[in-house]
Amino acid sequence: MMEKMIFGRYIPVESVIHRMDPRAKLIIVFLFIFVVFLANNPMTYGLLGVFTFIALLLSNIKISFIIKGLRFLFWLILFTFLLHIFFTKEGELLVSWGFIKIYEGGLIQGIYISLRFFFLILFTSLLTLTTTPIEITDGLESLLNPLKKLKFPVHELALMLSIALRFIPTLMDETEKIMKAQQARGVDFSEGSLTTRAKAIIPLLIPLFINAFKRADELATAMEARGYRGGEGRTKYRLLKWDLRDTLALLILIALSVTLILLRN
Amino acid sequence: MANKFVQFNNVSFRYDEEAPYALKNVSFSVFEGEWLAIVGHNGSGKSTLAKLMNGLLFPEEGDVYINHLKLSEELVWDIRDQVGMVFQNPDNQFVGTTVQDDVAFGLENHGIPRDEMVERVHEALRHVNMVDFLDQEPHHLSGGQKQRVAIASVLALRPKIIILDEATSMLDPRGRNEVLEVVRELKNKENLTIISITHDLDEAAKADRIIVMNKGQVYREGLPEDIFMMDDELTKLGLDIPFTTKLVKSLRENGYDIPKDILQEEKLVDYIWKLKQNI
Repeated sequence: MMEKMIFGRYIPVESVIHRMDPRAKLIIVFLFIFVVFLANNPMTYGLLGVFTFIALLLSNIKISFIIKGLRFLFWLILFTFLLHIFFTKEGELLVSWGFIKIYEGGLIQGIYISLRFFFLILFTSLLTLTTTPIEITDGLESLLNPLKKLKFPVHELALMLSIALRFIPTLMDETEKIMKAQQARGVDFSEGSLTTRAKAIIPLLIPLFINAFKRADELATAMEARGYRGGEGRTKYRLLKWDLRDTLALLILIALSVTLILLRN
Repeated sequence: MANKFVQFNNVSFRYDEEAPYALKNVSFSVFEGEWLAIVGHNGSGKSTLAKLMNGLLFPEEGDVYINHLKLSEELVWDIRDQVGMVFQNPDNQFVGTTVQDDVAFGLENHGIPRDEMVERVHEALRHVNMVDFLDQEPHHLSGGQKQRVAIASVLALRPKIIILDEATSMLDPRGRNEVLEVVRELKNKENLTIISITHDLDEAAKADRIIVMNKGQVYREGLPEDIFMMDDELTKLGLDIPFTTKLVKSLRENGYDIPKDILQEEKLVDYIWKLKQNI
């Protein structure tokens, strides 16, 4: 299951979007969440769709691959679509069949909301698909840097984030190992009522937690041995470079939002 | 006499007021440019010794000197600059998200400018033959490769002494040989001092000198050939003697007189070769 899910995964290919500054991508994705709500008629939704698909094409990742990977999210979209169809009672009555009544307003609303969802999911997943986790962390750290003046521990947060990201696969492996070890001893993770299943998780969780503490202790020792003494006076190995294409991308997004505002009714 | 690089003067340490002493009255020195192996079974105080050498722990009594600097709160960071440590678990000492980030981590801590960092990261990875893995993530590397990266990240800091704290104990035989080969080459090239803390007496047999620890004290100190002479005693301490030593022992029992300085496989092969020719 994990293999097919691409939500939050990074796909290493060459593309314009891959080469963009993570800060630019973070800002654009953040703004896009608001821009999506500007659309409210077929024209604007069309424009938004064109914009999203051009962005997808530029990422050089097969669209069919993305759509397949996000399949489980489409159930969510379908669910909201149906909710709107059945519960929005606006406009002309289209179908009346027993207690089911579908109104024109509901249909349109359902389509719009689903499209909104669809574009949002596609566009935001582009961020994680084209940016390595470490780049995202670096971008976040640099964007949050002004908060340092408010005594917000930006460096600590970024360090925690990058360590957390680095340990995700290691901990996944470990989870699997412990699970198999416990299964070998007769723990059944997949059968029984909800409570028995919940109880079966305990012999998985406790060793995992204890090992995480051990890991944290050893990691802290290793970090200290290598001279880590906090964010003060550190230099950075990774370099973020804001290019012309980043400014350009931002400008395009601004142009898009202005057009959307003009085309709104 | 060579320069005494590390010196322990009557060092005692315990983890807790009530706990028994992990180390009691330990005194020894490590000379510049030597390969010292510290052996002992679990709980003999080996790892505590390593942590005392770079100020992760401080002695309760006695003094520790590293390159003539006395270990104290004020000097601890100067001492850590000179002492590089490679720990046991290859996973739990990998801080960076990729190989190059991990090697750069120590350099970042020391506030080294970026251009120099890039150069040193590449140089260090070249030393351990891991340049092709710059952007690899840790979970794609084998244990031996991770340990080589750990050595590179220590090397990038240009320490004078490298402590291998059971650094090969979680590796398979091939990974173990790889890591030890790399360290040996580096030692010869850069004139480093190596302290290797280990259970593995095969590894210790290749050292210049061995210290045997038992119950928090230095039990014996000497050249490998002298240490392995006391094979029964070693077995009693819970240590296993190397294969070559075992073989030499049983050859002696069968009436062959083999000189005591033969510890390595190659030397024994040579000797047996010559023995045959004389017949």
